[in-house]
Amino acid sequence: MSDYLQMWKDLGMDVETHDALCQVLPTAFGDTFLSMENRPEGMGFYDFVVSEIHGIRPSEMIAAQKEGKKVVGTFCVYVPDEVINAAGALFSGLCGGSQFWVPGGEKYLPKNTCPLVKASIGARFDRTCPFFRIVDMIVGETTCDAKKKAYEILGEDVPMYIMDMPQMKRDIDIQKWADEIKMFAAKMEELTGNTITLEGLNDAIHVINEKRKALARLFDARKNADNIPISGLDALLVMQIAFFDDPVRCAEMANKLADELEQRNKDGVSVFPAGTKRILLTGTPLAIPNWKLHHIIETSGAAVVCEEMCTGTRYFENLVDEDNASLEDAYMALSKRYMKNNCACFTPNGGRIDDILRMAKEYNVDGVIDTNLKFCCLYDTERRSVEQAMNEAGIPFLGIETDYTDSDAEQLRTRIEAFVEMLG
Amino acid sequence: MNYIGIDIGSTCAKTTVLDEHEQVLFQDVCPTGWSSVDTAENIRKQLVQAGFDPQENVVVATGYGRVAIPYSDKTVTEITCHCAGAVYLFGHQTMGVIDIGGQDTKIIEVAGGMVKNFMMNDKCSAGTGRFLEVMANTLSVSPDQLTVLAAGGSDTSISSLCTVFAESEVISLIGRGEKKENIAFAVVDSIVRKVASQASRMDLAGKPVCLTGGLCDSEYIRKALSKELKTDIETSEQARYAGSIGAALFAKKKGKKS
Ligand code: SF4
Ligand code: SF4
Repeated sequence: MSDYLQMWKDLGMDVETHDALCQVLPTAFGDTFLSMENRPEGMGFYDFVVSEIHGIRPSEMIAAQKEGKKVVGTFCVYVPDEVINAAGALFSGLCGGSQFWVPGGEKYLPKNTCPLVKASIGARFDRTCPFFRIVDMIVGETTCDAKKKAYEILGEDVPMYIMDMPQMKRDIDIQKWADEIKMFAAKMEELTGNTITLEGLNDAIHVINEKRKALARLFDARKNADNIPISGLDALLVMQIAFFDDPVRCAEMANKLADELEQRNKDGVSVFPAGTKRILLTGTPLAIPNWKLHHIIETSGAAVVCEEMCTGTRYFENLVDEDNASLEDAYMALSKRYMKNNCACFTPNGGRIDDILRMAKEYNVDGVIDTNLKFCCLYDTERRSVEQAMNEAGIPFLGIETDYTDSDAEQLRTRIEAFVEMLG
Repeated sequence: MNYIGIDIGSTCAKTTVLDEHEQVLFQDVCPTGWSSVDTAENIRKQLVQAGFDPQENVVVATGYGRVAIPYSDKTVTEITCHCAGAVYLFGHQTMGVIDIGGQDTKIIEVAGGMVKNFMMNDKCSAGTGRFLEVMANTLSVSPDQLTVLAAGGSDTSISSLCTVFAESEVISLIGRGEKKENIAFAVVDSIVRKVASQASRMDLAGKPVCLTGGLCDSEYIRKALSKELKTDIETSEQARYAGSIGAALFAKKKGKKS
């Protein structure tokens, strides 16, 4: 990734420290991904993106900025990419997924903060992530307490805009989220100097819907009960990259990959031996490059066939109504779609249980592993009702709390292997 | 053909050899030491000497050092092995198994002779053999002596679950001149309460509960845990071998060398 040295310097990055990350990432990627056999050809694109992760997409973003476009960073799948796109800006998910950034975050945050939040703060303040340097503005949201308070700290260093997210899903909450989206649209107009038109917003809705459909197609191919055309790790990588890639290209690449997977299902080409146990992984997001759990599961005799996560189904399920007659209608259509997402930040959150039960069937799973990042009290607490529902449905269940370090890897392996042995 | 089960735990390595009729032919326990690889080699020599050359018999390895045994034909986790071993030893198809190991404590719900659910303490060494060992060290007694002392103590408690903090609590109890028996009582009480609180999250009501692992020899721990869980916990002299027995049973199931 050394060709980008000047770009990183121009971004004011700490290139020396960043070098350390550039050195470990290829090894980590090689060990986890390139050691897998029979990967779909379509993964070539994603491998390439990872190999240039801090170079290729950042340089595209910088080129766009030179043309006067803005780049907006986000942290949550409730923030509507459509509005950013309609304002002619680029979006980038920013969630940090590496232990590399955690100590930096701990300089600003209590130790008992979830690693995703610590890594994100560390990545910004340590100046070791180009995406965090590029963004012209960061959009936060009032979801969990850790993020809410961390945004105040981020705000000391970068322009922040916060969306006030409802915590319930009554009609007034859906109306409120539509109002928030409208206010956010005004903010985006102010930031970019562009006007969001009805046509522009309808177009943006179409673009993001196409991206969702493509990702959904890819996941559909994973539902096949007799064949596993793609590893969970590869599918996770596709999702992680979707958060910062150009949406049109994302759809195109995901569709190409889905073509291949559908063909693999027809030909019976599987990446795992017959009889491999199928796992639905549920819980907190797995931000790039957090591949730990997938790697352990998929080297313990099982395969992840679906992620009920923000880096999974929550990112693409449900579409936004297209061809809205007015901007107000469009904001409402957006709100309705986003409020169908089921995050543990909401109460009550029975919809998530229904989702998990439905996915367990749709993806023909043998067991459910629910995971939460350490110190995420929302998902940790919600585990109880997930476990109860799985017990009632007779679906084997394992709960796991973990962070970004490797210190518990062997312990996790034992628990996961024992779980797989339990599945028979 | 005989069947060898080797359970390399964090503190002790246990070996069991079973014959075609699942009768125990050989059993041994030795400290794991620093290197599981060396331990594996010592066990191999011992087995050869006893007439059970791993090359001619089926070997299944379990325990956290299971991958360190180059001559094993298969590995199975200690959870599945402890379940099989407990079914063999206690004869219940439905039960709860509590294994207090060196580094971790496992609670296994057994139904139909198989693992139905399990949990492991994943956060720290509270409620494990390691906790007992550290505190015994601080009191300058052996872990066995500590549990014997504990039977004669009462009315003292340690509030901290963290081994490091608990150790300083023990040190200040010593400093205060508290009787050794009472401190030992507090140490065991802390382990028992921690294990019981873990067990309370599993569905063990009305089922027999069996204790396996290194602490099964202590009648005092069995009694204290029985009292806390309000059930008469079963154990047996062989319960510390449960994991290796289970592994040997899986070796028999496997049937031939791979
Ligand atoms: S888990 Fe909840 S708060 Fe976090 S990104 Fe997903 S929807 Fe947003
Ligand atoms: S994982 Fe939990 S604590 Fe961490 S950012 Fe998401 S909701 Fe917040």
